[in-house]
Amino acid sequence: MISYRSVTKRFADGTVAVQDFSLDVPRGTLTVLAGSSGCGKTTLMRMVNRMVDPSSGQVLVDGEDVAGRDPVALRRRIGYVMQNSGLLPHRTVAQNIATVPRLNGVDRRAARRRTGEMMELVGLDAKLADRYPAQLSGGQQQRVGVARGLAADPDILLMDEPFGAVDPLVRSELQRQLRQLHGQIGTTILFVTHDMDEALALGDQIVLLRAGADIAQQGTPREFVAEPANDFVRTFLGLDRGQRTLHRERAADGSIVVVDAHGRPAGVLAEPDGRPDDGAHPGAAADGGPRPGIQDAPGA
Amino acid sequence: MNQLWEAVLWCLDPAHWTGPSGIAARSLEHLGYTLLAVVIAAAIAVPIGWWVGHTGRGRGAAVALSGAARALPTLGVLTLTALLLGIGLAGPMTAFVILAVPSILAAAYAGFEAVDRRVIDAARAQGYTGAQVLWQIEVPLGLPVLVGGLRSAALQVVATATLAAYVGAGGLGRYLFLGLKTQDYAMMLGSSLLVVVLALVLDGVFALAGRAAVPRGVTVARRGVNA
Amino acid sequence: MNWVLDNLPLIADRTWAHLATSLPAILAALVISVPLGWLAHRYRILNGPVLTGAGLMYAIPSLPLFIVLPVLIGTGVRDVVNVVVALTLYGVALLVRSVADGLDGVPPEARGAAVALGYPPLRRFLTVDLPLAGPVILSGLRVVAVSTVSLCTVGAVLGIPSLGLLFTDGFQRGILAEILTGIVLTVVLALALDRLLVVLGRLAMPWTRAEAGA
Repeated sequence: MISYRSVTKRFADGTVAVQDFSLDVPRGTLTVLAGSSGCGKTTLMRMVNRMVDPSSGQVLVDGEDVAGRDPVALRRRIGYVMQNSGLLPHRTVAQNIATVPRLNGVDRRAARRRTGEMMELVGLDAKLADRYPAQLSGGQQQRVGVARGLAADPDILLMDEPFGAVDPLVRSELQRQLRQLHGQIGTTILFVTHDMDEALALGDQIVLLRAGADIAQQGTPREFVAEPANDFVRTFLGLDRGQRTLHRERAADGSIVVVDAHGRPAGVLAEPDGRPDDGAHPGAAADGGPRPGIQDAPGA
Repeated sequence: MNQLWEAVLWCLDPAHWTGPSGIAARSLEHLGYTLLAVVIAAAIAVPIGWWVGHTGRGRGAAVALSGAARALPTLGVLTLTALLLGIGLAGPMTAFVILAVPSILAAAYAGFEAVDRRVIDAARAQGYTGAQVLWQIEVPLGLPVLVGGLRSAALQVVATATLAAYVGAGGLGRYLFLGLKTQDYAMMLGSSLLVVVLALVLDGVFALAGRAAVPRGVTVARRGVNA
Repeated sequence: MNWVLDNLPLIADRTWAHLATSLPAILAALVISVPLGWLAHRYRILNGPVLTGAGLMYAIPSLPLFIVLPVLIGTGVRDVVNVVVALTLYGVALLVRSVADGLDGVPPEARGAAVALGYPPLRRFLTVDLPLAGPVILSGLRVVAVSTVSLCTVGAVLGIPSLGLLFTDGFQRGILAEILTGIVLTVVLALALDRLLVVLGRLAMPWTRAEAGA
């Protein structure tokens, strides 16, 4: 679907953001590019819709080099969601969501209908359609951003730290809904984040990058936690500090609490048969979301 | 205070208002100079300012120009153009335009620069063309700042037009210099008050226009209304 | 060029008169604006009236103001005091906003820390708030300096001495060089004062040097 072939990006000031990077992003998957700021992950993502052109190498979409495509036409086929939503402040929610369909020449009434569907899809109250972005909460703005990215029914959705600026409670809710949405629509999603918990919670495939977009490890969340490839990965995951080495402890009320190597509670263990096995997300127990029952944990 | 009263009486005397060199005609003349100069200056400065703001090119030159222009003495420019271009409106009008261009230029590009870069980046990523970014985002969002620049330019021209009577132009400054020459303090003071009123009215009109130029989504953001 | 060489004493005289009129106005504007700006910053109720008043003041053309002022302050029409007072008023109109904005922009953490450290109010204002608002006030003061030097020439049409007399004299006698000399000197004077303020600002606020590199 998306293929990077020996891509290098050298900026005008001489810094090399990406050095000889190759990767295949299979159709319909949610691939997370993770890494610290400055590792080149956003640059890589912006090459897909030609917001950045590589200095050498190729970026292929459906086997075709994007360098040969008209950037404007290409961008209208690819959804884009960014941090702080990037919504147009002088346009209403409905107008913002309808941006790309309208640019593509869809008539006003059809665009309005599409807007309604999109708002429902991302869980936005239809009453918000005529509000301006400044009248929405951070979480609502991000939902509008996702709806805008999906409005033209793109095959690819690029998401650049879309949940970075919302509070943890809203973030985990948005993450849960994004998983669900992805299962529903099957769009290929390329997701950039510096938050490893988020990567573990969302990715079908995670690509962890060092400086210069050097791949430290590529694999499923389970592979990351069970078989970290090297010390860099261990450090990035917090494995070296015992943050993901979990033990059971029995709490005062008899429930089993899971704690890390420092005795900090990570969650409550569900009954062995009380919870469907969510095999794809071993990191879920350690995500940044609400942690019920921690007050009762001994030593907390 | 007696002098002030006499000046007000001079202004209110109906005999002073009529005729080709009456207060009504001179006020219109003054206003006409101002509008014409601002329109010409805007026709020159707005396209350049938008180009600078949109492309980011020539920014250093534009900043230096609009900064240095503040130091230009209006009377100096006025006497210079009058001497070079001779009697008639060409000299003063050239001076007005020279003095009005910098603030409009600065406001045109500053308005674009005030637009959140992330909004423009997001728009480009959605597939806006350069022209669509310009007309649908930068122009409407930069408009309030531009109107502010037109306001400063208009006030600058109103003030300079008063001085222009010194080099032979019309407008309300005529009375001012006539009063100065004939030691008619009531006329001098009265016409000064008229210019002040004209400037304040114009200022108010531009203030209202500036408020109307703010897009609604931005107005609600400033009020801090939240859902 | 010949005109300049033949009239050096005259030019020096006019330059001196120009400085003697504009510098007191700039200083007075600064001294008056700090307490006024503080009032506008401290008391929300005063914020609107002070800033609106400043805005209206700035809209008033200079020549009419030079003529109206004598009636209000009891001076003669050709008195240089009118020009100094008028230029001070314009300076205040600009600077009050800078002072208020500068004080509004002082990070609440810095102010909170100063309070927590036990600074008494006046001392805190002088040693924490005012210096932190300094860069914004300085940029306002630079604008005031430049426009004051430029506006000062307008008094010449009333016969009040400044570099502006080179314009009126040059125009009456048709000497282009005289007018050009006046323009160049006014601009040079304004920009020199601007540079001087930048240098003084760096000396007084060494912590801004890193940012003021451009």
